Amino acid sequence: MKTLHMIGSIHDIPLGEGRTYAVDGEMIAVFRLRDGSIRALSAVCPHKGGPLADGQVDLKQVVCPLHLYAWDLATGCSLSGQDAVSVYPVRVDDDQLILEM
Amino acid sequence: MAGARTVEEILARGGDFDITMFGDEPYGNYNRIMLSNVLAGVEDESGIFLNDLSWYSDNGITLHAGVRIDRIDRKNKVVYAGDGTATPYDKLVIATGSSAFVPPIKGAHVPGRGYHQGVFVFRTLDDTRAMIRYAKEHERAVVIGGGLLGLEAARGLQNHMPHVTLVHAVGHLMERQLNERAGATLKTAVEQKLGIDVIVNGMTTEITGKHAVTGVKLADGRLIECDVVVVAAGIRPNTQVAAESGLAVERGIVVDDQMRARGEEDIYVVGECAQHRGELYGLVAPLWDQARVLADHLTGANRQAAYHGSQIATKLKVAGVDVASMGLLEPQHEDDELIEYAEPRKGVYKSAVIRDGRLVGAILVGDNRKAAFLMKAFDRGLPLPDDRAGLLFDLGGPAAEESVADMPDDEQVCNCNGVSKKAICGVVQDGCATVSGVMDKTRAGKGCGTCKPLVQRIVEWANGGEAAEDPAASYYVPGVPMPKPELMDAIRLYGLKSVSSVFAKLGGEEDAKSKMGLASLLKMMWGAEYVDERDARFINDRVHANIQRDGTFSVVPQMKGGVTTPADLKRIAEVAERHGVPMVKLTGGQRIDLLGIPKEKLPQVWADLDMPSGYAYAKSFRTVKTCVGSDFCRFGVGDSTALGIAIEERYQGIEGPGKMKLAVTGCPRNCAEAYVKDLGVVAIDGGKWEIYVGGAAGAHVRKGDLLATVDSPEEVVKLTGRFLQYYRENGNWLERTYAWVPRVGIEKIRAVVVDDAEGIAAGLDARMDAAVAAYRDPWKERAEPVTPGQFRTSLPLTVLPQVPVRA
Repeated sequence: MKTLHMIGSIHDIPLGEGRTYAVDGEMIAVFRLRDGSIRALSAVCPHKGGPLADGQVDLKQVVCPLHLYAWDLATGCSLSGQDAVSVYPVRVDDDQLILEM
Repeated sequence: MAGARTVEEILARGGDFDITMFGDEPYGNYNRIMLSNVLAGVEDESGIFLNDLSWYSDNGITLHAGVRIDRIDRKNKVVYAGDGTATPYDKLVIATGSSAFVPPIKGAHVPGRGYHQGVFVFRTLDDTRAMIRYAKEHERAVVIGGGLLGLEAARGLQNHMPHVTLVHAVGHLMERQLNERAGATLKTAVEQKLGIDVIVNGMTTEITGKHAVTGVKLADGRLIECDVVVVAAGIRPNTQVAAESGLAVERGIVVDDQMRARGEEDIYVVGECAQHRGELYGLVAPLWDQARVLADHLTGANRQAAYHGSQIATKLKVAGVDVASMGLLEPQHEDDELIEYAEPRKGVYKSAVIRDGRLVGAILVGDNRKAAFLMKAFDRGLPLPDDRAGLLFDLGGPAAEESVADMPDDEQVCNCNGVSKKAICGVVQDGCATVSGVMDKTRAGKGCGTCKPLVQRIVEWANGGEAAEDPAASYYVPGVPMPKPELMDAIRLYGLKSVSSVFAKLGGEEDAKSKMGLASLLKMMWGAEYVDERDARFINDRVHANIQRDGTFSVVPQMKGGVTTPADLKRIAEVAERHGVPMVKLTGGQRIDLLGIPKEKLPQVWADLDMPSGYAYAKSFRTVKTCVGSDFCRFGVGDSTALGIAIEERYQGIEGPGKMKLAVTGCPRNCAEAYVKDLGVVAIDGGKWEIYVGGAAGAHVRKGDLLATVDSPEEVVKLTGRFLQYYRENGNWLERTYAWVPRVGIEKIRAVVVDDAEGIAAGLDARMDAAVAAYRDPWKERAEPVTPGQFRTSLPLTVLPQVPVRA
């Protein structure tokens, strides 16, 4: 069953960066893109466990800081031949980040 | 061999034929090339059979071994054999090969009895057996013919007889494959290494002896005593049956590009007996090419398959000596280039003939190491190295030449990211044929970068010769389609001071992989005016520490010139203890590294250390390694530590296209390794200092080029700044000085930096002064986070199995 989780304020995440949240025992990296949209992915790089929230992003991809493999922010698919990561619906309501999982 | 190979190729294509094979030797198919090994006693007869009799029955082939075909009835499509049988066919393949050629020599034949007893040819297994039997009971042999076959026969006989002489009618050995110097080198090698006597310019006119052979007589009157003669004077194609049956025969049986006998619908010819576009082929590689084309055509696997002739390139071991030969033996036109190297004492000769920048011929004797490279360059007309010596020698440098075609599929190409040849080829086959595209998709070549040239060659090979054009290769960063100079002009023109404004104005879409390079460039160009968007920074630059495999960070305090004090050491020790630092390690740049610090603890660690950042995480000026210099060292001729500290003091933290590692050493003994640094300074006697630039000792090893020799430490500091600024403004993103210096050329760099030939030195100095003045220790940025959650952990807050947890 899916539940909604209030995970914090949008202002906790600087524009163009990501932060990690622990939600219901899962590690979620939430990114605030430069066009204002929000994306949420599993926080752990499936390659070698790198912290994806520390990666650089654009409107399409996040690049893991350890070995520079890239994942599509919308689908979680790898752009460089690795396993996919999970993506989660996330939205902002009254500046609050709301994640569904 | 060519016939059986054709059948194999047909079977491999699932060809649906009833196959009948005739051969006049009473065996299956054996490897004739190996006969010399049988003669030499290094190979068993059984070891040379390619297909034994069971192969024929297993594949449903009817073999008539020891049965000759006497006549072909083309009209009724029937062949008549020597045993009186008649066999009908739909398609006929003639692969009768060739026979030994025996020139008209008096005494070679006994009238009515064939060859004189003691006279042999060297062609079949039976010839070989007879020769071995006879040689064992005799002392002296003469081999007539100094081509490949004669040399191999001489080597083989030597194992059975104490005296072997090789007599060659022409002026040098293997004249079809070697020029005169190469032939002479081979002669010396054969004589000295194998102890075979070689006579050139020796036309044999007579074999003497009435009942048994007693010697051979040469045209100049010389008589060479012997009791065995082997005639290896060449081969002639077996065309008699074809000619008598009405096929077109010139020197060989004439065929078209489908290997079809001229004017015939259903008769094909393959191997040594086929004459294609006027050429006969006696080497194995062209025969295999022919067999493939013929099988493609016959089975319908590819009706368009066509044989276009073969470039003759061979790589052999002749009588124990490595030989390779291809194309022209000598230059023919006035402007053909000849590159030649001879070392007769060692039996080594190498040459290459170049026309219009392409390799059109090459010879190697005694050293075949460059054979694979030369054959590829010759076959494909590849561009040649500017340094022509590289054609004949391995000059070192990144990635040794290796034939891509010969590499096993699962061979690891990129040793940093574990990418195989197969993975690269797979990406190319899926339609990505640019080098940078393949590197992006596989990460091959994205580690230390040493394998990049090999990755490029594999992409070219997998894409059928050339990689797809990649305009992005010249861009400073992939997301903005401009080389660095144009990009800088545009940034100045529009006054673009932030990374997002560059994308908006010049790039269109934001690109994660371009942000870091742009941030570095804008900071360099605008200094204090640069609008610093933190998301443009790589994580290391956001938190001023180097991310480690487990998501923790390493902290390296500044230690100028590698000089420290007991007080500083104590403080570092206390901090390490207080924070339970998992590892304390000395770095290669003479500093102390505290490893395994969680991100959220960084500000506290910096505060407790209260030392400036050592910048061991950025694409920036890193450290100045020094030796103890003249203060203490018995040999030091200059105060290297003082100068090293002064340089680091001034240029600390300056960012650039790549990291900058420096060193100052107090004498040419070079204990501080200054010759292999981005910029290295060496004190020499007389109070002078040498400045080397473009050195490296990482994945790529290069000794720096001497930029200048100056008289004072002040001049060293000034030229260092000017050189670094020139590099910062002109180096491509991530292009280290070891690549940039040779690309631009040390002469050009010296002209600009030392001689101010372009009148820009004052400007370079001024811009570097401004950068130095803008320095601010990033570790002071600790009281308040610059961005929300700047130091918040990104590590999993609950333990997940994917993440290794440090003790």
